[in-house]
Amino acid sequence: MATTAQTFPSASPSRQAFGWIKGNLFGSALDTVLTVLMLTGLVLVANPFFTWVTETAEWPVIRANLTLMAKGRYPIESIWRIWIVVGMCGLLAGLLFSTYGSWLSRPSLTTTVLPLLLMAVPIISNEARMALAAVFLAIAVGQVVGIFGPERHMKRAALWYMVLLLPSAIIVLRGFGETGPFQLVPTRHWGGLLLSILLSASGIIVSYPLGILLALGRRSSLPILKSLCIIYIEFIRGVPLISLLFMSVTMLQLFLPAGFPQIEGIIRVGVAITLFSAAYVAENVRGGLQSIPNGQYEATWALGLNKAQSMMFVILPQALKAVIPVNISQFISLFKDTTLVALVGITDLFGIGRAVLGNPDWLGTHREVYFFIGALFWVMNYTLSYGSRKLEQALNTDNPGRD
Amino acid sequence: MADHANMISITGLNKWFGDFQVLRDVDLHVARGEVIVILGPSGSGKSTLIRCINRLEEHQQGTIVVDGIQLTHDLKNIHEIRSEIGMVFQQFNLFPHLTVLDNITLAPIQVRRLAKADALAEAMALLETVGIPEQANKYPLQLSGGQQQRVAIARALAMKPKIMLFDEPTSALDPEMIKEVLDVMLDLARSEMTLLVVTHEMGFAREVADRLVFMDAGEIVEVATPDTFFDNPRTDRAKLFLEQIL
Repeated sequence: MATTAQTFPSASPSRQAFGWIKGNLFGSALDTVLTVLMLTGLVLVANPFFTWVTETAEWPVIRANLTLMAKGRYPIESIWRIWIVVGMCGLLAGLLFSTYGSWLSRPSLTTTVLPLLLMAVPIISNEARMALAAVFLAIAVGQVVGIFGPERHMKRAALWYMVLLLPSAIIVLRGFGETGPFQLVPTRHWGGLLLSILLSASGIIVSYPLGILLALGRRSSLPILKSLCIIYIEFIRGVPLISLLFMSVTMLQLFLPAGFPQIEGIIRVGVAITLFSAAYVAENVRGGLQSIPNGQYEATWALGLNKAQSMMFVILPQALKAVIPVNISQFISLFKDTTLVALVGITDLFGIGRAVLGNPDWLGTHREVYFFIGALFWVMNYTLSYGSRKLEQALNTDNPGRD
Repeated sequence: MADHANMISITGLNKWFGDFQVLRDVDLHVARGEVIVILGPSGSGKSTLIRCINRLEEHQQGTIVVDGIQLTHDLKNIHEIRSEIGMVFQQFNLFPHLTVLDNITLAPIQVRRLAKADALAEAMALLETVGIPEQANKYPLQLSGGQQQRVAIARALAMKPKIMLFDEPTSALDPEMIKEVLDVMLDLARSEMTLLVVTHEMGFAREVADRLVFMDAGEIVEVATPDTFFDNPRTDRAKLFLEQIL
């Protein structure tokens, strides 16, 4: 493409497009046949699909259950607390973009205008629109603070804020006390997209450091620690997640001492998902550690660094960078695997979908509900994967000029 | 046991890789400030010998004493000896995720506990001596091989070692970059530093070495001044080696 443009600087865009089509789609007889076959196939599939989306599908089921899908049975009078958490995330995003990246970058600007775009979606309620406006403000405030604050302090503040975000979000959502604005909302009322995101976010955030520790333990020279880590990793990897979920929900209480308070179901599955993911992260990180050439270790030893310093400053940063793509894959599958909790009676987004379909008012709307849920998951996972590509580019020191 | 006359004293060193003996009864005593160049065909144990001195390789028999400290299994002891020795590798082994400055200041900050500002000032001064101050904020893989090796030398010098080990420092370089690295090493050789250099650069060996050590099959075959060695090698093995390379 680039060479075409350079050879014919005066060629109009339509001519260039025509040249590209001719060169790439109809370059030879075989190309032409393949192109025609593919186009026919696409039309055969896409046509009924678009007819379904635009005419046949019963979309009211989504509009009527949108709030339910977003938050499950979380009480409607406390829904502002969810928006506070979204705002907290927005503030962090703004701060991170302006301190570690560039607030003018495309991901940063996209994130900033995203709440405004969502406000324009027709099925969004007016209350939600106001909340989205507040989220937009939070992102903007984060950007402004990050741009004008002293850089070193801002970077450190952003990191601390990131570490504290999940615990503080859980406190805001759960609340405390019998009355008052932050009245306790038991976790069994949490559900829908809110719960899916919380389960995966806490799973990712906790399993990442845990997995690193397991990987280091597996390479340790202490035999007991090493065997414990190997047993843990191999046990977890040999068991399907669904069986861990069933165990945590049905059997865990049997093993605890009598009189031990009942652990909330969501916490049990959250722990199961985290422990499951940690074993996979550990193996990814181990692969990364193995990819670091011996010369790197030797250079650190020759400089007098001890094993911990060598790991911390030289080996781990390179190993973790090398395994960003596999770890992100792991987190994407973790995100999707959280839907399995629906099978042990927890109403995450997928569980709410099943509950909606169980309602006689919405009989026969399987396709609409599952399509919507699938599309939501796709959008979120694609964002995750896009973000990881950007992160890799930002951390690329082989040739930082390359984009 | 302490041998203060010599910087490095190696006596009766034997080392095996499995059944294969790589070092046989090696004795070598290096005076303070001396420049030793180790020559020999590949596989003769040259690199293994200098890697034993800072315990990148573990020997099975014999003693190594560095600046009066005997090398033992004690980790503290190993760290003490390593802090006196700088090493430069064939493959540079720079840390690719850190800038040139961070490569140089990492160990001074973490091991010597230097304040960051002081470490940076020292690093810049070292980059001036190796002639590439303008590359300070680049990443290693953006530099040429010769520049990378000069950064590696600066990184080793930042720990203020008394001894520098060079393990074939120019073997991975394109011919036109060898001179810029040798020039830096030449300056070092003329300083107070004790140098052990494994190399195939005969011109360098002839010019700077106080003594040449010729190794073959894990043994030290001949130790001589450069002139004696190149003009009148005593042993047949040394003659054969010189015929092959000159």
